[in-house]
Amino acid sequence: MIGVLASAHVVAQVPIEKFLNALGSGIALGAIYALLALGFVIIFKATQVVNFAHGAIAALGAYLVAYFATTANIPGRWFGDIPQTLSWTLSVLLAVVLTAFIGIVIERITIRPMIGEPLFAVAMITLGLDLIIRTITNDLLDNTTKGLGDPWGIKVVEIGFFRIGQTQIVTVVVLIFVGLALAWFFKTRTGIAVRATAFDQEAALAQGISVGRVFAIAWAIGAGLAALGGIFASVPPRGAAGVGPFTAFFAFRAFPAVIIGGLDSVKGAVFGGLLVGVAEVMAGTYLGGVSWLGTGFAGIVPWLLMMAVLVVRPYGLFGTEEIRRV
Amino acid sequence: MRGRPNLYTEYKSEMGLFPTTSKKVSIALLGVVAILVPLNAMPLMGFLGDAGWMVLVNKALIYAIAALGLNLLVGVAGQVSLGHSFFMAVGAYTAVVLGGEAGKTVWGLGLPMWVWLPAAGLAAALVGILVAPTAVRVRGLYLAFVTLGLVFIGQYLWRNLGSVAGGPTTGRPWPKLEIALWRNMDPIISFTSDGPLWWWLTPVNWLPWVHIEEMSGEAKTYFFVLATVVIFGLLAKNLMRTRIGRSWAAIRDRDIAAEVMGVAEAKGKTQAFAISSFYAGVGGAILASVVGRIIPETWDLFLSIEFVAIVLIGGAGTIAGVYLGTFFLIFTPRIVEEVTGWLAAQVADAGPFAWLGNLFIRTGPDDWIGIVSLDAYGPGLSIFQFNIVLFGVLIIVFLIVEPLGLFGIWIKVKNYWKGWPFSY
Repeated sequence: MIGVLASAHVVAQVPIEKFLNALGSGIALGAIYALLALGFVIIFKATQVVNFAHGAIAALGAYLVAYFATTANIPGRWFGDIPQTLSWTLSVLLAVVLTAFIGIVIERITIRPMIGEPLFAVAMITLGLDLIIRTITNDLLDNTTKGLGDPWGIKVVEIGFFRIGQTQIVTVVVLIFVGLALAWFFKTRTGIAVRATAFDQEAALAQGISVGRVFAIAWAIGAGLAALGGIFASVPPRGAAGVGPFTAFFAFRAFPAVIIGGLDSVKGAVFGGLLVGVAEVMAGTYLGGVSWLGTGFAGIVPWLLMMAVLVVRPYGLFGTEEIRRV
Repeated sequence: MRGRPNLYTEYKSEMGLFPTTSKKVSIALLGVVAILVPLNAMPLMGFLGDAGWMVLVNKALIYAIAALGLNLLVGVAGQVSLGHSFFMAVGAYTAVVLGGEAGKTVWGLGLPMWVWLPAAGLAAALVGILVAPTAVRVRGLYLAFVTLGLVFIGQYLWRNLGSVAGGPTTGRPWPKLEIALWRNMDPIISFTSDGPLWWWLTPVNWLPWVHIEEMSGEAKTYFFVLATVVIFGLLAKNLMRTRIGRSWAAIRDRDIAAEVMGVAEAKGKTQAFAISSFYAGVGGAILASVVGRIIPETWDLFLSIEFVAIVLIGGAGTIAGVYLGTFFLIFTPRIVEEVTGWLAAQVADAGPFAWLGNLFIRTGPDDWIGIVSLDAYGPGLSIFQFNIVLFGVLIIVFLIVEPLGLFGIWIKVKNYWKGWPFSY
């Protein structure tokens, strides 16, 4: 019945309203992709590692929130009657910090020994990590889906014809906040060290920068952002049922966003994420009824977009062109 | 001077397929073992001839066909690809459209195997050629993402092309491995049915304890797949030591330098993608045919990762490494299963290794020690999940500890004994 009402609602819209609503949820979806892409790019820029385990780490972060906020009731069990929004936010922070710590551990055990090895070998290691983390997360979830217990649920804000989910607004706000925090971070002493390492590892080492510490920081930030992305991918409207075995694959769609923006461009990650999100929602809105396209076409729009961009610009829109020597 | 390892007096002998006597002898021995095993005639390894294990051996050989192709692309030509399962799917679906039976909702021409098997390879090769221009333009890790995208786009296609792939959850039956002259004719040679060996081989019975008059369908499939693997392996080996293979190696090692020396980069990459996809297509078609019925979800990223892992764990750029890698990766899950079953039996009978079983197996929510649970759900990983985790761990451990893979270990062992008792 809800589906019927919703479609009646869509039919009643005039084209510009339909477009603006799609744009709104596209940007919200893009914000999730951008969060995931940001973490990915920061890891790649600082450590030259393509992290295929990003989706699995995102799903793990979302699972941790589900565990803290619903099953274990942390930190609610200690504070008693605090507003649900506050206690959920604390659960999220806890999960993000824990995931960041897991990121540091992953880097120390599996990535650090591979310094100087071919990039593809390291990428293959992260594919192995993806399998391990994804399987363990699925086992913790008992192969079912688990709600995150977020305080907003499916509630929407309506401004005239414009409808947007409350979680979608929160996602965009979080992205803006993360963007500002990163901009500030890259101006601090540590952030400059990260940038220097990204520019030239050996020169940074010669300047007294602890490259190992920079690697750990980059992985902590990357894994934390992946967890944030995974969390917002697992709350309505995007992940209505919560975190499940499919969450890691959803996060895979952030890869085209990264490539479109350029593997090593922070600005490109945000831009690519938003572009992919809007394109996906637009395809779902306007091409969803085209019968010969079948089901799930919106899901591959990011990949098609990525290929189109790569044929025109082989290093993405903002990526640095690799200097090749004989 | 004769018999010195790595001493070649002329280029021809160094480039030979089997340059030394010991290599010739070991290959011949391997051939004898390979023929005796499915006949249950090999001492100590007779159990491999049982249908349950034979299926596994066949799977490993089929994987080896496709892995040989990926090895040419990744190991020899140096082009990173995560899209191997996509090319396998192209081959498999070409096979089923050409060779399968037409139904109410599915296409099928019912053509015989000698049409659909080569066509599967050629169709995949054609798609490979279509993808190659992107590979020429996009390099390194960006290429990995393009091929990753192929897997997802492919899955969307197979889910929606019902007339090719059958239902998304049911799939459709594949044509069997049997050679007939034309459609609707009785097969001359069947590689799947139980019963006596083919009419023209029945009288041959040299060894009294070998019963070739009654052979399982699995054993027949084995001989077909083995022949394919040997032919494709020799082709790959030959390709690597000819002009094409050398140009690939040059592109892999330093593409600009290769171009400067007159190697056509675009041509080389296109050739690599085409030939690698041909292997993938044939492998995918045989795999689908042997499995019998395949759903679109089979051709996923995990399958691609398996092949890249086979190439890397076996040893990139070596033919022997591909075989080592496939058998290692296909047999490990089964061995884990057997060992777990044995440990569970030890626990149940309170045998001498019961403590090990208690450490390894987790029985319930109150048992906090243990990794694997015997049930599919509940605390602890199921055996299936444990095998995936083990697979990931193996990839990581091999890449960190032994980047040259199993083949590298073999070289190390060989070098140790070459100079024995001197360590250098």
